[in-house]
Amino acid sequence: MALMIPCPHCGRRPYGEFWASGELPEGGHGVEADVEADYRRVWLRRNVAGDQRERWFHHAGCRRWLTLTRNTITNAIHDVV
Amino acid sequence: MLKLFRREQYLRVDTLGDRYDVVIIGGGGHGLATAYYLAAKFGVTKVAVLERAYIGSGGTGRNTTVLRANYKTPETIAFYRASYQLYATLGQDLDYNMLRSQRGLLWLAHSEPQLRNQRERALQNQQFGVNTVFLDAAQVKATCPELDMTGGGKRPILGAAYHPPGAIIRHDAVAWAYAMAAQRLGVEIHQGIEVTGLDIEGGRCRGVRTNQGPIAAGKVLSAVGGYVTDIANMAGIRLPIVTHPLQAYVTEAYKPVLDRIVASADLHIYVSQSARGEVLIGAEIDPFTSYSTRSTFPFLASCSARAIDLFPFLAKLRILRQWTGLCDMTPDYSPLMGLCEVENFLISSGWGTWGFKAIPASGLAMAELLATGQVPSLIAPFALDRFRRDRAVPERASAGTH
Ligand SMILES: Cc1cc2nc3c(=O)[nH]c(=O)nc-3n(C[C@H](O)[C@H](O)[C@H](O)COP(=O)(O)OP(=O)(O)OC[C@H]3O[C@@H](n4cnc5c(N)ncnc54)[C@H](O)[C@@H]3O)c2cc1C
Ligand SMILES: [Zn+2]
Repeated sequence: MALMIPCPHCGRRPYGEFWASGELPEGGHGVEADVEADYRRVWLRRNVAGDQRERWFHHAGCRRWLTLTRNTITNAIHDVV
Repeated sequence: MLKLFRREQYLRVDTLGDRYDVVIIGGGGHGLATAYYLAAKFGVTKVAVLERAYIGSGGTGRNTTVLRANYKTPETIAFYRASYQLYATLGQDLDYNMLRSQRGLLWLAHSEPQLRNQRERALQNQQFGVNTVFLDAAQVKATCPELDMTGGGKRPILGAAYHPPGAIIRHDAVAWAYAMAAQRLGVEIHQGIEVTGLDIEGGRCRGVRTNQGPIAAGKVLSAVGGYVTDIANMAGIRLPIVTHPLQAYVTEAYKPVLDRIVASADLHIYVSQSARGEVLIGAEIDPFTSYSTRSTFPFLASCSARAIDLFPFLAKLRILRQWTGLCDMTPDYSPLMGLCEVENFLISSGWGTWGFKAIPASGLAMAELLATGQVPSLIAPFALDRFRRDRAVPERASAGTH
């Protein structure tokens, strides 16, 4: 079975309709004044083994961004907004 | 009688000590090769490799065994060429038959942009002493007659970069041979021992904690493949790495029909036939990060469709087995290896989908670094802080599948 993503707008859809854009950065998306903070946000990852908050884009559906919590060991999805 | 055919025990079982000069976490190819070269080339023999499962149980025993040096940047071409050369004599050097088989690797283009890319790759390789030539469609057909040049009527093959050195080898044998050769020189290989923490005092690593108690170490090397973030967390450092699954599968055995290794830049798959006749098919990583090693049907379906477009005879074959390994992916698809901000703690990582072919060169270079404290120039471009210095080594197109 394909991994199913529960899109709040379109319902449960196979992952191939989405682009996974990875874990949510700590401290927002904005460009930082501090070069070190910028470096950490752009390049470094927590790469969590367990529950991860992450962004997906529903390119073949509603074309909206979702934030979901997925367990990266089991791929179970807990929570979507 | 049994003894004639089978060694009763192929690895000595040692009692775990409480102090070593070097402790290596992870008994994959990179950990084992580093241990071997420490003993063989630098006389450092008080070395323990700690493997939580069995040696070769990670990516080293799950990969599709393609050896090649046809990369794009000068830094990586030099590195993979060195590794290819070490692999060429590894069977003799370690006295172990690894079934190495040179096949020639075709990298197909089905579009104008890819045609330009593959031509550029051939020129770039030649410039840096690697044998890759550009072939037009007729030459591709002559090199691999089994190919459907129409690409299933959908993606005609326009040309290819052909890399005659491309080879395959028995991956388990590589792990076993390094382990046995290292043991003969006094290195200890401990299976079933999991590292659960690092002992760090004043920014300096003094040893590891394990499920069998603490072990002191002069230096510690992390070589744990897709699990590197676990160990990095123990060291309190963050890495430019995410873990993605990569899947592959084999068909039932078929008569020998496919000499070449065939990869397609546009279809993102590659195909080879093993010595025992199984046709091996691999592709790109799963499109989201995960630590799950469960194989999936969508992968099988989408790869098979693409593989049959290249080789129609595959449609008749049944699939024998499918499996998944975890890949420690870097943003630039190049390795991430060397020193970090914790003293006496080193990392060999960023092996992603491309690290099997790198085992000998990385093992030798990391052994030199551990033994001498000097970063060998061959691996200096792959330092952990390269992104901070804006010195990425972009290799996505060459490393993305295998
Ligand atoms: C399907 C697939 C196809 C591939 N094809 C190719 C290819 O054709 N060519 C190529 O060059 N590369 C290929 N690769 C990539 C290659 O397999 C890897 O880059 C390489 O094997 C990594 O070796 P390693 O020694 O770093 O890690 P691994 O072989 O994964 O070894 C790491 C070991 O560390 C152990 N470990 C983890 N955590 C701990 C702990 N806490 N304590 C103790 N031990 C621990 C694990 O059990 C494991 O045995 C492929 C990978 C996959 C999955
Ligand atoms: Zn949607």
